[in-house]
Amino acid sequence: MLQVTNVSFAYDKHLVLNDVSFELASGGLLGILGPNGSGKTTLLRLLGGLLCPTTGQVVLDGSDLDSIPKAGLAKRMAMVPQETYLAFDYSVLEVALMGRYPHLQTFEVEGPEDVELARAALTETGTADLEQRSFMTLSGGEKQRVVIASALAQFGRRAADAGRRPSEVLLLDEPTASLDLGYQLDIASTIRRLNKDRSTAVVVSTHDLNFATSVCDHVVLLRQGCVLAAGPIHKILRPDTVKDLYDVDVVVEQHAVAGHLTITPLARRATDAPDGH
Amino acid sequence: MSNELTGTIKRPSHQTSGSGNETPITPSAKRSWSLRRKLIVTLSGFGGLALITLVVAPLVGPTPITLARVFDTSVPFRDNVDAQIFFIARLPRTLAGILVGASLAVAGVVFQALLRNPLATPFTLGVSAGASLGAMLVITLGLPSAVAGIPAVPIASLLGSLGAAGIVYAMATLRHRGLSTTVLLLAGVTLNSFFSALIMFVQYSSDFAQTFQTVRWLMGNLDVGGFQPILATLPLLGIAFVMFGTLPRALNLLTLGSDSAAARGVDVLRVQRVAFLSASLATGAAVSLSGPIGFIGIVIPHLIRLVVGADHRIVMPASAFLGAAFLVACDVVARSVMAPLELPVGVITALTGGPFFLWLLVRRR
Repeated sequence: MLQVTNVSFAYDKHLVLNDVSFELASGGLLGILGPNGSGKTTLLRLLGGLLCPTTGQVVLDGSDLDSIPKAGLAKRMAMVPQETYLAFDYSVLEVALMGRYPHLQTFEVEGPEDVELARAALTETGTADLEQRSFMTLSGGEKQRVVIASALAQFGRRAADAGRRPSEVLLLDEPTASLDLGYQLDIASTIRRLNKDRSTAVVVSTHDLNFATSVCDHVVLLRQGCVLAAGPIHKILRPDTVKDLYDVDVVVEQHAVAGHLTITPLARRATDAPDGH
Repeated sequence: MSNELTGTIKRPSHQTSGSGNETPITPSAKRSWSLRRKLIVTLSGFGGLALITLVVAPLVGPTPITLARVFDTSVPFRDNVDAQIFFIARLPRTLAGILVGASLAVAGVVFQALLRNPLATPFTLGVSAGASLGAMLVITLGLPSAVAGIPAVPIASLLGSLGAAGIVYAMATLRHRGLSTTVLLLAGVTLNSFFSALIMFVQYSSDFAQTFQTVRWLMGNLDVGGFQPILATLPLLGIAFVMFGTLPRALNLLTLGSDSAAARGVDVLRVQRVAFLSASLATGAAVSLSGPIGFIGIVIPHLIRLVVGADHRIVMPASAFLGAAFLVACDVVARSVMAPLELPVGVITALTGGPFFLWLLVRRR
């Protein structure tokens, strides 16, 4: 559904991404993993159409991202940045309603349907009871979930637009970077539920391997702007690939209770890799 | 817009018939019209306030006049003192106050949203310093006071402001993808102090009478001396306000940051351009009419936000109305309290609005 083909990107002359290729399947849950500074955020901005690749192309459902009008793209693709800082204070419902922007004409005011859709999005992220609260007074985890709701409101369609439902892609940049354990689990379950209920395709960039294993089914390993490996998470995440990615020796095991892989770091740059497993 | 709610959303939703009067309106549907209701309530409130000031202000002053005598057609205009005071002295002044107050207040809102900085004012980016330098040069160099019938000082100040805006804009776009608001802010502040230094230099090298004149100009004054200057700035302000009209919803989204706005379909660069151009034009035109009058551009927007929230669709028109009403009211005070002496209106705007704003700030937090 979303194909990235030989994409390179340079800020001025500094090459940030080098010949990156992978594919996101319809309804897939893809993790982009890599150390800090590996180009994850830049890659996500390219996927969201916020940047144009220097070379190569990003194709969504057969059409190049550049060729899709901005408002049309925003109805199918939404992005949640690592942190959202509001310059002025809006209520939670107002922030969710901002997701309705691509659906409204220049002078149009949100109608009852838009409010319903924004509320439905807040309900999906478990923040419906916060709607009259001021966004600035929320905790980090609440803010993140409200911003996800605002992104989901972009997908909501009015009765008049019913019919063929285009594929939806949600991009999240380090969604758990500044959150404590409880909120990390909240975000993980929110993402999994969205993917299951709405078959929204999700791309998550993260450096937290255990968050990725709890959410994703496919991963792309990114190091210094190059793809080290890409594919199903069980095939890709092995002690040797993780060592290549982070220079860290790890144990990778299927956790009996959690039901997904867990990665335990052992030591930095050890010469003898222990047998993972 | 359609009132029909049908099953595209998962939550059970209600159906309303075309007229919508038969079915009970759920709390959620009721609240969904709150923006429109809020718009109507706030705008008629602040609009009414502006209208009242517009009507009352010309009647108030050291010399009492009545509307009956102003419009008494039995007395020729030459002998009708009330009509002369009304039409020659006070009405142009009131109209100038309306235009300048509204322009500076909305320009303040737009600059704050564009720079994502609540401390921004219409004068932050050097627009007024450019205008002042232009006016200074005409006064000090003793250039002809009018070019083709149009007074030279307003023209020079308008050119100065647009020149300053052009330089700042060029700096912010030159070596950047899109428009860098950080560079915009830094270049603006730098240009501001650079122009201020030039103004000081020009003032230092001018004689006493010229210095007096320039200091008076820098204090700001709504005594524009007739309808001519007002008519001259109207087209510019018209263009600026039409551009303002396209901005409110996009400015709401810019509050989230330019990436988040772009991801929701906002053409960020276009919005930033329109915002910068319109706010600079409005500021330049307003300053060319009255000189720089401080305070309106920062306090009115914040005051409005404290009262009605941050939605620019309400904040922008409400700020225009309140800015207009507030400046006109301050001007009435400025020309009345020490009559026949006139205080600079900027003194009144700061002395009355400041404490009130602080009170509001303390009460709300």
